Amino acid sequence: MSILDLFKRRTSAPVARERLQVLLAYERRSRGQPDLVSILREEILAVIAKHVQIDQDYLQVSMDRGETMSTLEIDIQIPNKSAVPLAMAG
Amino acid sequence: MGKVVVVTSGKGGVGKTTSTAALGAAVAKTGKKVALVDFDVGLRNLDLIMGAERRVVFDLVNVIQGTAKLSQALIRDKRVETLFLLPASQTRDKDALTEEGVGEVIEKLRSVFDYVFCDSPAGIERGAQLAMRFADEAVIVTNPEVSSVRDSDRIIGLLDARTMRAEHGEHIAKHVLVTRYDAARAARGEMLSIDDVLEILSVPLLGIIPESQDVLRASNLGSPVTLSEPLNAAAKAYLESARRLEGEDLPVVVPFERKGFLDRLLGRRAA
Repeated sequence: MSILDLFKRRTSAPVARERLQVLLAYERRSRGQPDLVSILREEILAVIAKHVQIDQDYLQVSMDRGETMSTLEIDIQIPNKSAVPLAMAG
Repeated sequence: MGKVVVVTSGKGGVGKTTSTAALGAAVAKTGKKVALVDFDVGLRNLDLIMGAERRVVFDLVNVIQGTAKLSQALIRDKRVETLFLLPASQTRDKDALTEEGVGEVIEKLRSVFDYVFCDSPAGIERGAQLAMRFADEAVIVTNPEVSSVRDSDRIIGLLDARTMRAEHGEHIAKHVLVTRYDAARAARGEMLSIDDVLEILSVPLLGIIPESQDVLRASNLGSPVTLSEPLNAAAKAYLESARRLEGEDLPVVVPFERKGFLDRLLGRRAA
């Protein structure tokens, strides 16, 4: 470390504290609640299964948490073979 | 009835095993009967830190599965005669520990020992949850660093939700033990301060263990630092923490850096 560094350096601890406080406030709120993503995944799967036969591996549900808004991404792949709607088949 | 204390952290490498050994030895030195239980099945290390690695014959899993008696598996320390170790197994079978089995072992230990220290594995999975399951108190080992503090917060949440005491609506006493504290870095504002850590976690402080070469040295030699170098700053901090754990009201002094200007320029570190 050179002498110049002593003057240049800005302390990083306050940044660490602030980031932690924001993050933990969020994490504590969501703690104890059942995992939203897995509940959604199961229910979406159940709804789709009523109409189309799909394997549960073909359903991806993910949640991207932003500061002001979160995005829920649902990716459902229906293989062409099994894409015969149950309603039609029946 | 003895007290069951889990030493936990969430994050790995923060000093759980070292702290279990140092605190346990410190309490045992006062004449109390102490058992140290290694819950890190598959990756046991408490035996090594205690210098008992060549004396392990039976382990926790043997006792749970009934292939050995508890008295056969307990290893008596060669330095402090009231200090015992129950080693973890090296098995790769993660389901080797059952909740009923662990509960029975802990109850037996509790009836014989004054203190039972459970050295938790890292993480928040089954092993860590079993280590804390029957605890009356918890020592949360934290480094003044963002990821460690975050994981400690997660562990505190688990302690309040998944322990027997919590499930029965009882209180589980929690203490934060800040380890690897570097006074010089804290003074320069490069490390979370003790106040920051306590404010964020809002759990009372058990002690502050300064970063010290002697802790590593003690591990190398297979002896808890509180036994091998009791006059060292880290050992003193552990000894005081042990007294607080036993209920003594001792003020915590935040270590400060005594450094000359020349030391600072040359980046020398105080021992």
